[in-house]
Amino acid sequence: MCLAIPGKIKSIDLQYNNSVRMAKVVFGGITKEVSLEMLPDADIGDYVLVHVGVAISKVDEEEAYKTFKYLEEIGELGELEDVEDYLPKKEGL
Amino acid sequence: MKHMNEYRDPELAKLYLEKIAKTVTQPWSIMEVCGGQTHSLVKNGIIDMLPKDITMIHGPGCPVCVTSLSLIDKAIHLAVNENVILCSFGDMLRVPGSKISLLEAKAKGAAIRILYSPLEAVKIAGDNPDREVVFFAVGFETTAPANALSVIHAHRKGLSNYSILASHVLVPPAMEAVINDKESKIDGFLAAGHVCTIMGNAEYYPLSSQYKVPIVVTGFEPIDILQGILMVVRQLEQKKYVVENQYARIVREEGNTAAQKVIFEVFEIKDQTWRGIGTIPKSGYAVKEKYASYDANKKFSITIDEAPEHPECISGEIMKGIKKPFECPQFGKKCKPSFPLGAPMVSSEGACAAYFHFSGSVEV
Repeated sequence: MCLAIPGKIKSIDLQYNNSVRMAKVVFGGITKEVSLEMLPDADIGDYVLVHVGVAISKVDEEEAYKTFKYLEEIGELGELEDVEDYLPKKEGL
Repeated sequence: MKHMNEYRDPELAKLYLEKIAKTVTQPWSIMEVCGGQTHSLVKNGIIDMLPKDITMIHGPGCPVCVTSLSLIDKAIHLAVNENVILCSFGDMLRVPGSKISLLEAKAKGAAIRILYSPLEAVKIAGDNPDREVVFFAVGFETTAPANALSVIHAHRKGLSNYSILASHVLVPPAMEAVINDKESKIDGFLAAGHVCTIMGNAEYYPLSSQYKVPIVVTGFEPIDILQGILMVVRQLEQKKYVVENQYARIVREEGNTAAQKVIFEVFEIKDQTWRGIGTIPKSGYAVKEKYASYDANKKFSITIDEAPEHPECISGEIMKGIKKPFECPQFGKKCKPSFPLGAPMVSSEGACAAYFHFSGSVEV
């Protein structure tokens, strides 16, 4: 219930008369709309931890990759699959 | 610890287990508060590898498990009897109410939708102006910002057909209640990493100093948990009682202040009923009066009394750490994930379900 999944910000849309930043965040092969209202300084290309549609913390690329792989291994990603297309290639993983 | 590929390194796990064993000189009971940590402890076999002097007590850290029976009954009532599309996180669907679960209500034709985010419920409300849309907003401090944000979004959009059935539970008051419970004996705590990502560490300092318990903010991966246990044990052996942060790569001292601002824009602190435990003072969030029109509790004036728990379910004792799941006479017998008597056997983060699936305590 409190797990958060890392993803990469692909694009940012301004909504509600430009007062709210919503992002397209990529998790493996899935793109979801995510609120950036809790992370005012998050930008395109950043990796963020997302909990129930809201980004709650920035993470570095390495951290994002490893966390995603761990969640994948323990079966906590539901429909999310195949992180390789969107996260950096790592030797030996 | 910098790189998470080290986190599943069995040699590193072994090293931490050895360090813990060398540090321990007497029995200690440590409670991991977060259900995700319980899941990780049991699934990865850490529970069986720890020195015998370390007893892990599984805390009430599963919002699904502690949402009151009457609120589940209320959600079902709204979905079945009112002009309501009831939206919920998937975790809540199989939790038994006093008669049926939301999943059974859905199977009977009630308009119940499973969502990834409460923000999706706001869109559904916008798309269905002739229906009331209610989001079943359960969760700890980690989830409260998203639930609050859904109210703010609905307000911005001028929607009058959106509301939340809120059941938020707060971790520090629950920890204090467990400490004060005469039957439970907890020497130290692993605090929940993602709760602290939102709220920071400040709430834990008075608990630690007043009750003389080490509190270590901890992540959820196996090596995180082993590190957290070692940090607690070191403090206990040195008679130190402070707050430390094992999960510093994510958790900032002040937490996420933007998220806190959103929470307290919409919610105020109130007493909360925890399923299996009872009422804990100042341990929940209520929707503020200024957003009363988005509060399903006020919008739909339904009174549903708290029904008694299944007489054979000992979930309260489980969630306070007084008993282990396998000490329940019905564990793996009458009570299984396929037919749960109580919530901790439903959620993947419930202690009973974790033991059922991963501990080898029962033949699955």
